[in-house]
Amino acid sequence: MSAEEKSMSIIVTKGSLDWAYPPFILATTAAAMGLPVTMFFTFYGLPLLLKDLNLQLTAAGNPAMKMPMMGAHMGLPNLLTAIPGVDAACSKMMKNLMNKKGVAPIEELRELAVEAEVRLIACQMTMDLFEYSLDDMIEGPELGGAATYIEVATQSDINLFI
Amino acid sequence: MADQTLDAKGLNCPLPILKARKALKDVPAEGTLEILATDPGSVADFEAFCRQTGNELMEHSEDGGIYRFLIRKKAA
Repeated sequence: MSAEEKSMSIIVTKGSLDWAYPPFILATTAAAMGLPVTMFFTFYGLPLLLKDLNLQLTAAGNPAMKMPMMGAHMGLPNLLTAIPGVDAACSKMMKNLMNKKGVAPIEELRELAVEAEVRLIACQMTMDLFEYSLDDMIEGPELGGAATYIEVATQSDINLFI
Repeated sequence: MADQTLDAKGLNCPLPILKARKALKDVPAEGTLEILATDPGSVADFEAFCRQTGNELMEHSEDGGIYRFLIRKKAA
């Protein structure tokens, strides 16, 4: 079966540093494998289209987030994640770790997605809700709503919600 | 010798695949691309990539943590 006959869509709903990875990794890889790909950015996924990204993560409520440290894996108790500066420090640690391990920054994956002609749709309702305009966004996204996405989904072989 | 070599050492998923796809664009049809990588996941990924895209994974090997792949680009 030829990959050219397959296509993929992804609904992107989360905009933290960690959650930004799965949609961009899958979109760029599928595009590299010859699939037409559409990404629909809604709610907290929408800020992933902003020109300036300063992605952060939080360890709060995430017991699985454990960083390798001095031969062990260390997590943070929820209470400590409430201390100002802790999320920023965790985010910085994660970015350093990613850099050390050769994981691409989201900015690079996003550029590669644009280059690979991944179709980017910014949810119009979310744009209104959070008061963004296309001027705030990188070059490339178009505006659309639920019907725009559903039309794409009916024509795609793989539809993911992330 | 391959027509082109891509050094993807130190890069993690999905960069070796993305860079290979880009590099293949500059390889003539039925020409070859050699890829060097250190990501152990790249073995399964290059096999899948080649099955899906119709390019041929002619050989792959590992030596001292360096994975070497030789891909023949499909006919135009």
